Amino acid sequence: MKRLLSLHALLVYLFLYLPILVIVALSFNESRRGVRFTGFTLDWYRALFQDPRVLEYFLNTLTVAFVSTLVATLLGTLLAVGLVRYRFPGKGFFRYLLYVPVVVPDVVMGVSLLLLFALARELLGFPRLSLLTVILGHITFQVAFVTLVVRSRLLLLDPALEEAARDLGARGWQTFWHVTLPLAWPGVAAGALLALTLSLDDFVVTFFTAGPGATTLPLYIYSSVKLGVSPKVHALSTLIIGLSAFFLALGYAVSRRRV
Amino acid sequence: MNEAATPWQRFLRVLVTVGPGGTWLLLFVLIPTLLVLLASFLTRGPYGELTGPWGLHNYVRLVQPVYLEAFAQSLLVGVLATLLSALMGYPLAFYIARHPRRDLLLFLLLLPFLTNFLIRVYAWLVLLQREGLVNAFLGAFGLGPFTFYPSFFAVLLATVYTFLPFFVLPVYASVERLDWQLLEAAYDLGAKPFRAFLHAVLPQTYPGLFAGSVLVFIPAMGTFVVADLLGAGRVVLIGNLIQQQFGLTRDWAFGAALSVFLMGFVLLALYLYARLRGERGLDELV
Repeated sequence: MKRLLSLHALLVYLFLYLPILVIVALSFNESRRGVRFTGFTLDWYRALFQDPRVLEYFLNTLTVAFVSTLVATLLGTLLAVGLVRYRFPGKGFFRYLLYVPVVVPDVVMGVSLLLLFALARELLGFPRLSLLTVILGHITFQVAFVTLVVRSRLLLLDPALEEAARDLGARGWQTFWHVTLPLAWPGVAAGALLALTLSLDDFVVTFFTAGPGATTLPLYIYSSVKLGVSPKVHALSTLIIGLSAFFLALGYAVSRRRV
Repeated sequence: MNEAATPWQRFLRVLVTVGPGGTWLLLFVLIPTLLVLLASFLTRGPYGELTGPWGLHNYVRLVQPVYLEAFAQSLLVGVLATLLSALMGYPLAFYIARHPRRDLLLFLLLLPFLTNFLIRVYAWLVLLQREGLVNAFLGAFGLGPFTFYPSFFAVLLATVYTFLPFFVLPVYASVERLDWQLLEAAYDLGAKPFRAFLHAVLPQTYPGLFAGSVLVFIPAMGTFVVADLLGAGRVVLIGNLIQQQFGLTRDWAFGAALSVFLMGFVLLALYLYARLRGERGLDELV
């Protein structure tokens, strides 16, 4: 039984890694087509780095990810605090609204934002589809995730700690700044990291909300892939895989040290 | 000081904390959702704009065989992807949870998952193409070459690949909390392994199983990218239809009706889930 379980796990991990290993291997392959390895080359990486558009798309991706994560983390953390600590009319409604971006398929979210921006442009004259509308779209799904992650952390905290701060004479914002926020910090960091990952990975919402000049790396990969298999995309993918591995390993190392 | 908080102070606190995020949700979640509903009752104008007359005509159009086939395909992808994820993910969650180096195994599970979604789908295109690795492998045994791509099979495979961790993680969370004494008790009472598992272990993992199923089923049904790349026009799901209406065809009204239909499906799945799991069930999803 135990052996069977190990074999099963081995096969599933093989299934998970085979596609990735093939992409990495092919990015160093001289041959343009097929999987026969004809010789080692770095030509595809050279071609990638010589393409000025790729750098532009990379910068667009980073701009969207960092700006949206910053805003979403701020909004989401405050919202989580409000939802957990205070009672107000409409609280239940907001709780349900939070789940909408989590459960509604991306494509529906993308088109609904497209409709909103089209209507706003009709009525107000802005915004034009651009990097700005992409950022607005990303913040929208990120806020929901950040709020839910921070909220679950806040629910674990002992309310006595905040009461103690108040008994010692701390004002509302002092309690928040010196007690609540430091205690909620792991949740805030986890929420921000999740938001960042979601933004870097997002294709669908970006696809519907991006205008000319707002191409991100996922959009570029999509359009290249539609044109056929390309070794340059293998090289780009390998770099992205390496980067995610590095960041994940970093997070893993940090979390292990804390334990 | 809390007891001294006046109604004005309490109002201010809610305004500062809930105000910005709440406004955002109203503006960018509630209004867009209502707009989709509204647009679904409108008509496509001569230039692809939304215009009158109002009516249910977009919903009447949905009942044509072409569209019904796409719904059936989406449902099939959703159900099969969930079943395959369960088959692969359920035992894996147990293996990871019982392993001395489970941190590392979780890390290895998440690594492909954090690789860009499009790259993961694209990788299957590379593997399954005519000169791909799978055909090269089978060719070594004198088989093939087969046309794995584009096909329903390719779409299903890549769907399972991309959403598998959504299934494993909630099940893993359940397994980690498992009370193994119940299993021992079952053995002590003379149960055979299968019966012991069925009564002492399986019910304890229901929360993870249900959450995992919802988390795979909904995105699997709603995706258009996987079918777009690996079905290459031959596999058309609801998501692809929606994308077409908002892209080339430019019939936003009909696309909105399709979106409402898809959302209806999602809500139905969530309703059934909530009936099974109760109010708190939704929180298990995050």
